[in-house]
Amino acid sequence: MEEREDCIALQCRQYSASCREFSVRCQPVQLRSLSAATCSVWLAAYWLFVLTQNSMVLSAAIFITLIGLIVYLHFVKIDQESLLVIASLGIQMTSSYASGKENTTFIEMSRVKDVVINEAIYMQKVIYYLCILLRDPLDPQSVSEVVPLFQQRPRTMESELPFPKGGCFRARVQAHCWVSVMKTAVL
Amino acid sequence: MQMLSLKASGGQDQTPKAQVESSSSIPMVVLKVFFPSCCSSAESGLLVGHWIPEQNSAVILAVVHFPFIPVQVKQYLSEVRQVTQVNVSVLGTWSNCKKKEESLSEFLEDLGTIFSHEPWIQLCKETDSKFWSCSIIQKHPSTPKEDEIILVYYDQRKVMLSHLHPPGNLTNSTDHKAEDASKLAILFDTVAKSKVLFMKDRYDDGPIKLTHWQSEGVEASIIVELMKQASIPVCMLLTFLLSFVSSVCKSRVLKFWPLCFIWSKLSTCEQLGHRLEHLQVISSNRKAQNQPQLMRKANIFVSLLADVALGILLMSWLYRKNRIGHLADTLIPVADHVAKELQDLLQWLMGVPAGLKMNRALDQVLGRFFLYHIHLWISYIHLMSPFIEMILWYVGLSACLGLTVALSILSDIIALLTFHIYCFYVYGARLYCLKIYGLSSLWRLFRGKKWNVLRQRVDSCSYDLDQLFIGTLLFTILLFLLPTTALYYLVFTLLRLLVVVVQGLIHLLVDLIDSLPLYSILLRLCRSYRLAAGVKFRVLEQKTGKPLRLLMQINPLSYGSVVQTYRLPTYSCYPKDSWGSLCKKLFLGELIYPWKHKGEKQD
Repeated sequence: MEEREDCIALQCRQYSASCREFSVRCQPVQLRSLSAATCSVWLAAYWLFVLTQNSMVLSAAIFITLIGLIVYLHFVKIDQESLLVIASLGIQMTSSYASGKENTTFIEMSRVKDVVINEAIYMQKVIYYLCILLRDPLDPQSVSEVVPLFQQRPRTMESELPFPKGGCFRARVQAHCWVSVMKTAVL
Repeated sequence: MQMLSLKASGGQDQTPKAQVESSSSIPMVVLKVFFPSCCSSAESGLLVGHWIPEQNSAVILAVVHFPFIPVQVKQYLSEVRQVTQVNVSVLGTWSNCKKKEESLSEFLEDLGTIFSHEPWIQLCKETDSKFWSCSIIQKHPSTPKEDEIILVYYDQRKVMLSHLHPPGNLTNSTDHKAEDASKLAILFDTVAKSKVLFMKDRYDDGPIKLTHWQSEGVEASIIVELMKQASIPVCMLLTFLLSFVSSVCKSRVLKFWPLCFIWSKLSTCEQLGHRLEHLQVISSNRKAQNQPQLMRKANIFVSLLADVALGILLMSWLYRKNRIGHLADTLIPVADHVAKELQDLLQWLMGVPAGLKMNRALDQVLGRFFLYHIHLWISYIHLMSPFIEMILWYVGLSACLGLTVALSILSDIIALLTFHIYCFYVYGARLYCLKIYGLSSLWRLFRGKKWNVLRQRVDSCSYDLDQLFIGTLLFTILLFLLPTTALYYLVFTLLRLLVVVVQGLIHLLVDLIDSLPLYSILLRLCRSYRLAAGVKFRVLEQKTGKPLRLLMQINPLSYGSVVQTYRLPTYSCYPKDSWGSLCKKLFLGELIYPWKHKGEKQD
């Protein structure tokens, strides 16, 4: 049985010759961590109540828990991120949050200069991430913006997501499983 | 479709890296057809729209139904082309029938010879199927490969009414080549300019029957039309009143020196002038040329309305139960209380403040000077006390001009009531500043140096003995008197900063009310498709062999971008001093002016 801790799932769908969608599904909200957070907040509130004998503390704790949960589900916890590539139209990135909110950005193909895998130094290690380079409208040779894709990642993620662009792609993989995925995605 | 679960790992040992590169496939030509979703149920006919050859896309604007006379259709289209400046033409045929009929398809192909257009698009829909078939006929195909077709459905009404906001830097460049320009901007532009085409509805008795989003009847609102009619005389009246008011303001009487200085210092006058400008913008007879101007006018109008409504609310609250009378009654005791606190503070400074030992003589002089000043101030306040209530009552009436005016008046009242604190700050700062400059100059003398004004640098200088003697004496005196002056300066600067902070908060609130684009925010809330940041696509159900179907929806602008794009400009600018320069000024005793208004000369 595989360990489900820190697991993300990649799904590739090809709708037609010129349209492909890649979605990355993250770990859903665990009941364990949710109950742990709630219990700790309420224990702290009850301890404060015992100290101060003020019942406002308890109602404040309830409010904090509710509002914190809503804020977490609506603004922080990303459920699924997907990338839709339509040839000659553009690239669309969608992030859907646990509360159902969807954040979409569409970049037209004329603005895209290139799709690359970039390296970055994060804390004590080097991570690789996929990003889109945008063309500067005033100077066609220079790059105006770098847009990273797939913001969510588990804490100890080390491999990158390879990405085909119009049939041609570059990928640097570190695990054997990725190679097989890419070959089947291309064909 | 593949599923893959990745087990995230930390500290993996070296796994062989594989570099996979595959050659690109032959770039295929993709033809995009933008089809309005309102025409999905239209009867068979001709497709009318705009073909954009650089992007290989066809924007369908309407469907012309059978029966029609080709000559009349061509004439109508050329009229539309002239009016809208959009290259509208017949792009193909649309057939919506129960089952495929051979004769119909032949007839449709023959139409291709009458309205020659390259390429000729044939869209075919069977009534009970949601998958359409699309074929392209090209007389001189440019590529040997067959084109792939993408069908994009769009909501015509929303695209027509919405305004596209391209991201940041694209708005500045206006001289774009056609292929550089945003494809979406061209699409939105095309639909927006074809308003004339959408004026013909199906109840017209003309020879041409069209289907588009307004074919059930032109949309209009009675309220909007009535307001448009009523706005003309109202605007004229407002312009006349405003010209009268502005001529009074510009008259020579008010420009004499003491008066114009006072007007420039009072923030109420600035705010009133600002609002006058706004009224002039709204009441001008010229129609707004483009969308940003229209939004600006609408924002100013709604913001003024909200301001006046809040002001009247405040006024009704103040005058009910004679609260303003109570306010006036408490004003004098509050001023007295502040004066008493200041006197206590000065007594404390004249004694042994915080355990520091002051120079007795200087202490007494400064303390008595400030005490006398407070005594004068209190006498003036008491002189004014019988009139305070009446003045406040009439001044409170001006809250009906708006909440911002009321807040500006409050800020001015605070400034007037704490005028003596401002005076003390100026006295203390000047004294301290003189002392610091004297000390620095004498310190240079102490070391045998001099400030060269010509060269703006420190030069060595040989002084006479008596110059050195007097200089050292003065230096010692100033040095030992420094703690006393510095303490007075510190105390009054802190008080002044407190008043400045309070006034600053009020100004911040006034700025917020002035610059918030309420109309844009309400529009974003209620009609979010009007302000578009971009579009989003959704892939609809697919079937192999049929073209790819996408649904295009409008992606509204985020609230932050709405506020940033449509912010109204305000007249005040925030202090340009960074924290570092502010501290330096405070240390040297230079006077700080917390905010400068635009248009004021810098000191």
